[in-house]
Amino acid sequence: MTELPKGDFTLRAPAALNDPTLRANFRRAMDGLMTKRAAQFTDKEAWTALRERGAAAKARVVARLPELLEQLEANCTANGIQVHWAETTAQANDIVLTILQRHNVRTVIKGKSMVSEEMELNHHLQAHGIQAVESDLGEYIIQLAGEAPSHIVMPCIHKNKAEIAALFEENIEGLGYTEDVDALTAAARAEMRKAFAAADAGISGVNFAVAETGTLVLVENEGNGRLSTTLPPVHIAVMGIEKLAEKLKDLPSLLSLLPRSATGQHITTYVNMITHPRRDGELDGPHEVHLLLLDSGRSRVHADPELRDTLRCIRCGACMNHCPVYSRVGGHTYKFVYPGPIGKILSPQLEGLDCAGDQPHASTLCNACVEVCPVKIPIADILVRLRSEASHPSDSPAVKGAGSRANWRESWGWKGWATVYSIPWLYALAGFMATRFGNLMPASLGPLKAWTSVRAKPRFAAKTLHELAKEKGYCDE
Amino acid sequence: MSNATAKANILGRLRAAPRTQPPPRPDWTPPVFGEQKIARFRTMLESVHGEVVETTQGAWSADLRRLLDERGVGKLLYGPASGLSDRLRQDCGPLLMAYDRPVEVLKDSLVHQAEAGVTSCRAAVAETGSLVLWPTAAEPRLMSLLPPLHVAVLPASRLFDNLAALMEAENWAAEMPTNALLISGPSKTADIEQTLAYGVHGPKALLVLLLTDA
Repeated sequence: MTELPKGDFTLRAPAALNDPTLRANFRRAMDGLMTKRAAQFTDKEAWTALRERGAAAKARVVARLPELLEQLEANCTANGIQVHWAETTAQANDIVLTILQRHNVRTVIKGKSMVSEEMELNHHLQAHGIQAVESDLGEYIIQLAGEAPSHIVMPCIHKNKAEIAALFEENIEGLGYTEDVDALTAAARAEMRKAFAAADAGISGVNFAVAETGTLVLVENEGNGRLSTTLPPVHIAVMGIEKLAEKLKDLPSLLSLLPRSATGQHITTYVNMITHPRRDGELDGPHEVHLLLLDSGRSRVHADPELRDTLRCIRCGACMNHCPVYSRVGGHTYKFVYPGPIGKILSPQLEGLDCAGDQPHASTLCNACVEVCPVKIPIADILVRLRSEASHPSDSPAVKGAGSRANWRESWGWKGWATVYSIPWLYALAGFMATRFGNLMPASLGPLKAWTSVRAKPRFAAKTLHELAKEKGYCDE
Repeated sequence: MSNATAKANILGRLRAAPRTQPPPRPDWTPPVFGEQKIARFRTMLESVHGEVVETTQGAWSADLRRLLDERGVGKLLYGPASGLSDRLRQDCGPLLMAYDRPVEVLKDSLVHQAEAGVTSCRAAVAETGSLVLWPTAAEPRLMSLLPPLHVAVLPASRLFDNLAALMEAENWAAEMPTNALLISGPSKTADIEQTLAYGVHGPKALLVLLLTDA
């Protein structure tokens, strides 16, 4: 696989586009996922009703977020789940580390969690002598490869069988090179069983935390999530502060939308609802369950009534699977933890437009993501809003780094245009100059280059519209 | 930075934001199957590699013994205090391996030796072909997860149309158990080139004994 250059999206995308293996791996995967999702929602009426219900459930969470978080904390605490709050990823890492150190943990087994990727938790733990083993097969593969996930649901989607076979041959003792998927899976199972048996603690994400009952809901197909949250004596669940459901009765619609949108499955193999640590007399399950609530920019996003719709996201990844940009360049090109359409609006809001201001531009605004989003996030509108905030900041406190992409060339360009447009004789003169001499401008000239490097240079007409109209006898007054 | 400070700061920021009215929950009716309920359950579970064997209250344990023998299963994990245990001792006696002490004591044999685990089911959901388990002290959580084969005994009368109907009928919101599970097929992954492979972490096979007269 090609090493992507450092720098922003416009520099990284060409390298990804020129990598035929990466292109083929994504094309195959995305086509399959789109077909499977489409097969789930053939009944348009049922899809609309289900989606309205799910979108409302998540919109209610966003509207009532502070009360629901307090309710969740109160109910979890009553259930014996210890709740922790972190404003930043650094705080979150410290909280996890403190819990693990208190139990003298040396190895933790991890279920899939994007929030832990946000925290770069594995690095932090490793720096303190604690080994974190990823147990989701896809996460395990990229951990062996030393890479980051390229998709939020299917983290190693950028790798093909041959690449994985080579990786396993190198890393799993006694396993030769095999592309047989059952053999590869069995080898991973054997390695993982050893890791599970040795782990002193388990870490997982959360798909929905139900405020009404203090229940943590995790969905998965492999069973590694259940193992991570059942076998070790301590379980730490990490989640963003927005991943709530108000009531238990909100779960059926959300649990229907999530897997069908994500992978075209009716339901995941396991839906794991955790409400208590092990009770007296029970023979398994962790003695301690911790829930870590991470803000890391989310409360800032919540401050803006338009942008807060971003917080409805249930992380199904359908927007990526259907994105003409994502499916061609893959997840690593975006450089941030959350790629694709949702990443293009989430990363700049969490990280700031000053460091992720390129992301909202990595879009054609084709609206495919908006059409498939199960919770109706207006991704395209938010993209446009963020593009605008990047150069013309509003007074909303929600956007970190607003105005950071303003530049004098663009600003003077628009001022010049406004001046020319408002003075008729100047406009006529400018039109005359452009039609007579515009074609003499070299294609490589400054601002033109960005356009002409990938497109044919447009030709100016010989006369302006005003001139043509005048010749035909139309009055232009 | 203390936990209380972080909490106060986060909630403070959220409360300072402009309020919007929470939208009402629009009507949504999940599907119902009437007479087709069992057929739907079977179709859905089989579509995800689960097996459904119809049997009766009188015959299930003998059927189970026969099925285990056919598969060459030598060690069946069971809960000695479970409601299934008398029948299991009667028909599957020599195969039984008891889950009767904490996981810390039994870990090695649970992880490496059990070839199958048998549990009862609290209910099942026809729409998605899902078993509903609320593991207990008598039938702990790992019984349905660690062995390569999970056998579940399901009375047909416990089959509901959909999850919403089940949650409402049994008022789940009143009190949730330590752990509630929906299980729809054996453990699987498609992380390698979207090729399905079974048993990556949990059971490779799921066998449901459906008691048609219970």
